[in-house]
Amino acid sequence: MSQATLRMQKISGHAGSVAGEDTQRQYTVAKLVDTTTCIGCKACEVACVEWNDMPFSPTTFDNTYQTMPETRWNYWNLITFNEHEKEDGSLMWLMRKNQCMHCAEPGCLAACPSDGAIVQYTNGIVDFQQDKCIGCGYCISGCPFNIPKFNKETKRVYKCTLCTDRVSEGLEPACIKACPTGCLHFGSKEDMLVLAEQRSKQLKDNYNFPNAGVYDPKGVGGTGVIYVLHDATQPELYGALPSNPTIPLMVKLWKGPLKWLGNVAMVGGLIGLFVHYLRFGPKDRDDAPREGGQP
Amino acid sequence: MSQQNQILPHGRVLRYAFAERLNHWLAAFSYIYLLLTGLAFWSPWCFWIAAVLGGGQVSRMLHPWIGLAFFVAVMRMYSLWAPQMHTTEADKKWWRSLNHYIQNEDDKMPPAGRYNAGQKALFWSFFYGAIVLLLTGIVLWFPESIPWNLRWLRYIAVFLHPVAALMTIANFMIHIYMSVFAERGAFGSVIRGDVSLEFAKRHHPGWYEEIVGGSSSAPRK
Repeated sequence: MSQATLRMQKISGHAGSVAGEDTQRQYTVAKLVDTTTCIGCKACEVACVEWNDMPFSPTTFDNTYQTMPETRWNYWNLITFNEHEKEDGSLMWLMRKNQCMHCAEPGCLAACPSDGAIVQYTNGIVDFQQDKCIGCGYCISGCPFNIPKFNKETKRVYKCTLCTDRVSEGLEPACIKACPTGCLHFGSKEDMLVLAEQRSKQLKDNYNFPNAGVYDPKGVGGTGVIYVLHDATQPELYGALPSNPTIPLMVKLWKGPLKWLGNVAMVGGLIGLFVHYLRFGPKDRDDAPREGGQP
Repeated sequence: MSQQNQILPHGRVLRYAFAERLNHWLAAFSYIYLLLTGLAFWSPWCFWIAAVLGGGQVSRMLHPWIGLAFFVAVMRMYSLWAPQMHTTEADKKWWRSLNHYIQNEDDKMPPAGRYNAGQKALFWSFFYGAIVLLLTGIVLWFPESIPWNLRWLRYIAVFLHPVAALMTIANFMIHIYMSVFAERGAFGSVIRGDVSLEFAKRHHPGWYEEIVGGSSSAPRK
């Protein structure tokens, strides 16, 4: 892939058309995370911090192996550890690499008011442009996955870039490169879906996971990070992964009908008042002529 | 403030005391800033306003602080004017005659006091609007501090804040239209404080009767 992947197809807070929209057919890239072969080594966490040159971040111990409760502005890649007791009494230790899902229809981008602060490239990567971020935090409300994180010092919001800088040079993201078990894959979304389906079929047929399946939620138009889960009917078990994520209803109402109604009402009101003045004029127009000095 | 009503020379009367005027302009200037930056955040088509006012980051930083100033001004208005803003029987008749008011047939209107029913509605819409805008605005000020399991607070705030703002904008547009264009003399009254006795008699006959002590029973208009 080349720099051409950095052409934008969606731009936040943008008036008018977007140059890259529907202008070309290109690979949509995706990460595939096979949770069934993740061993929780956190090599991807370290690789992410290293490649993105993040400052040291203190960890939190909560009686699990999890590094911290949720991602931070400078910690974009976090393995969640969850213990689940099955009905037969056996235990499952569920590990999931949590990061920005790079939604096809990103809630963060829909909620953002700042022109160009959040963009989606034609390869599907959703990227924050901190120089244009105004720090309002609307993206935090737009995201159904609790991913964008605010830095109080810079007053900007940060998240996983899907290693845009590496991907645009034809390299795989840092987390993928670091994975020792091969549970992380990177390529075109099409290829990753085929691979994911193959693996979940294998899990169903040969490994006694009848509910195994692929997580690629349609509520956000599909995601640029897809999971193979042992039990795709219960994604919540994997550290609160939502089973049907969508852009929050109130955000949709605000950016949809309310915006239209409000704009029509404001412009209509201005026109109405102007026409009223043309028709009826000031209230004292029929009064007798007045002396000077009237303010 | 009716006890401060006083006849001035040359057929004029004091309508707004200094404290009322000062507070009005604290509210007005802060509201206009909030309106402009708010419109910038509302629509991409208005985002250029933020650039004109110092950039998106500056607008984002100042909007909440100016919002606090606006809230203080509205609460001061409450303490100054709320006793005069209660609905009366005449106000109910006023709303039923709204059609005449719109067509400038003021002689067919029930006599209004110092404030007519429309002005009272404006007052209360800004009072309740300011409370909703403050409560939702605090949530929007620090969205990163709202824990994930209380995220419904953010969802309510992102929706209600613009709803309340739109309600105040509707009232604001009518307020500007009435005071600057429709009622000549009203704009000067909130700057210099006084209006003519004719202004009082035409727009606020009940108040006029109060000022001249009920002695004048001259027919209106």
